[in-house]
Amino acid sequence: MNSSQLFGITTLSYLFSSILYAALLIFKSKKAGRLGLWAAIFGVLVQTVALGLRWYESYQIGIGHAPLTNMYESLVFFAWCTTIFYIYIEYRYKASVVGAFVMPLAVAAMAYASFASRINQEISPLVPALQSNWLLAHVITCFIGYGAFAVAGGLGVMYLVKQRSTSTDPDSLTGSLPALRIIDDLTHKTIIFGFMWLSAGIITGAVWANEAWGTYWSWDPKETWSIITWFIYALTLHARFTRGWSGKRIAWLAILGFVSVFFTYFGVNFLLAGLHSYGSS
Amino acid sequence: MTTKKKNPVWAFFSSVKLALFLLFILAATSIIGTIIQQNQPFSSYVHEYGQKTAELFQKLELTDMYNSWWFLSLLGLFAINLIVCSLERIPNVIRLVRKDNLDIDPGRVAKMGLRKTSTLSCSLDEAAAAVSGFLKQKGWNPARRAKEQGILIFAQKGAWTRFGVYIVHLSILVILLGAVIGSPTFAKKVLNKPKFAFKGSITIPESRQTEYIYSLPGGEKIDLGFAVRCNFFTIEYYSNGMPKTYLSKVSVLENGKPVVLANGSTEWDLKVNKPLTYHGITFYQSSYQPYSDFLSLLRKKGVDREEKKIISGGQQIKTGFDKISFGILNQEVRGEAVQRLKVWFGGDEAEPSVFWIGNGQKAIIKRPSGEYELTVKQLYATGVQVTRDPGVWFVYIGCGMMLFGLYVAFFMSHRKVYALISPGEGQGSTVLFAGSAHKNKLGFEKVFARFVNEFEQRGQ
Repeated sequence: MNSSQLFGITTLSYLFSSILYAALLIFKSKKAGRLGLWAAIFGVLVQTVALGLRWYESYQIGIGHAPLTNMYESLVFFAWCTTIFYIYIEYRYKASVVGAFVMPLAVAAMAYASFASRINQEISPLVPALQSNWLLAHVITCFIGYGAFAVAGGLGVMYLVKQRSTSTDPDSLTGSLPALRIIDDLTHKTIIFGFMWLSAGIITGAVWANEAWGTYWSWDPKETWSIITWFIYALTLHARFTRGWSGKRIAWLAILGFVSVFFTYFGVNFLLAGLHSYGSS
Repeated sequence: MTTKKKNPVWAFFSSVKLALFLLFILAATSIIGTIIQQNQPFSSYVHEYGQKTAELFQKLELTDMYNSWWFLSLLGLFAINLIVCSLERIPNVIRLVRKDNLDIDPGRVAKMGLRKTSTLSCSLDEAAAAVSGFLKQKGWNPARRAKEQGILIFAQKGAWTRFGVYIVHLSILVILLGAVIGSPTFAKKVLNKPKFAFKGSITIPESRQTEYIYSLPGGEKIDLGFAVRCNFFTIEYYSNGMPKTYLSKVSVLENGKPVVLANGSTEWDLKVNKPLTYHGITFYQSSYQPYSDFLSLLRKKGVDREEKKIISGGQQIKTGFDKISFGILNQEVRGEAVQRLKVWFGGDEAEPSVFWIGNGQKAIIKRPSGEYELTVKQLYATGVQVTRDPGVWFVYIGCGMMLFGLYVAFFMSHRKVYALISPGEGQGSTVLFAGSAHKNKLGFEKVFARFVNEFEQRGQ
């Protein structure tokens, strides 16, 4: 059994999880919801083993680094962070239906990583610029942030879906979603968490850049988009705290923020040029 | 409370609406610089966008927008907004933190959102002592005051955490300050001391040294005040051809003599992610340049002298050892990297030796005139980035402050506990507990409930 096969099992698990959560949403089947959670947990456990195995495999072929260094590994790690964060949210706040809005993101990330032709899955050795302990710190903090923002984005969509429907029938599709107030509060907490980790991610990136290139900030597209994302969430937090914005506006900002995260993570590597083009292969 | 007539400028800068607007504008305009490539030569903009658009970009300073007057002004407005907002609100926070919380009408305790009543069968004083003792045990610092209705006890924790937000705001200002201090433009134009803060580069061929660097982007020479010599440069590759390591062995020379560096030796292994700092100037391994020339090192056994020379291929090189001379006849190249060299070595009575050696490999040549050691390697120059940034520690400290401030602002809270002890049934007393937290109220509710429960159980 190698790490690729285990990642494949993870992808399937997350897919089943998404389908089961959709069943919870559409058919109100609590059982489906519970199975969906178990599928997610199973997937995450397998993925954790797979990540460790890939790390070990890299040493076996004489390269030796954590599985966080190229687009494939980062997509897989992103799916892992998002799912772990989601499982914690479900444990803490019991809103299992959120899974229908978040697990698809994890599946999409894993599926794209596995099937896209432009993604190289091999364990490749690190070029000199990536040979640093800051790699671990920077990638991990960024992706914990990304995972949280993915969940916040999902919650934003859920809020808008719920708000649009006028149904009060708890048996209807939207009626079974948690109260708007609860979704809003959860979105807010998730954004706070993500914001702290994104800040740490940007900071570790800056310190690393200074060690490697002599500049902690060079306005390269990746850095710039990460600060754009930071500005958007800072705006969201201020609007909430100080201007009393809530509800629909925050939901839209959560979605906008995740679009910015997506562009920072993905769009920059594939659409723009710059120092961060490591992820484009 | 009287309403002061506010200075309109102050009112403008103390508004959160302005902060929201600035954050939005900074985010939106920053996008431009990621779509229009920055700092490219004018011709490339003409090529990509056409002459008219390229000129427009230049006029609006879009080609170096993050250093443009309008972007820096936005950042400046943002800084002013931060300062004024904080100055406007901090006095109130200081008031809240220093407030004499015992100076309230006890009736208000009964109106607080979070409260619970307990009954004790002891006197007021004994009850007060029990409550105070319990609070102290739990790490609170209670104070008491006698009121008409009974005894009021108060304790609070984490009042200082109300400043968390302002620590974050201050951290941003510290970071911006650090950026200004370390800015080469600021050093050049405002301080008139380009040597104070600069970013530049220099290419140093092996066995050569330099006492200056060229600043970026202008290209002016900046004197280091000492010399840096590149003794050796090499690239190691992975089996798939990707670069594994760029290594420069460098020395620093003061008055021609090598100095001992931070690693305890006179030579530093300069690699990517392992820069060298000397006298506040930092050197980063950045690039390299292969030459078609070679670096040769020749020694004779028993003679305490070595000859290091830069030589070209196809030349006969005379040496200082007897009549020996040598030369490079041929080379095997993979890409730009020389793999092997064909060497001619002779000049004394015997037939000349002709042999292949690996690039950088030491050859031992036994001749009638003696035993020689010859090493020949492809000549490289190392490309280093050189910076002096006196503001970088301000930035790092600001970053640390920001993370700390964010944690305090979001995860810590100012918590208060009140206990109003009034006469109860018979000889007993009633204790009315009340509490509040300015953050994470749900969490505090749970803590409060457990707290009162524990107190009641102890009373049993």
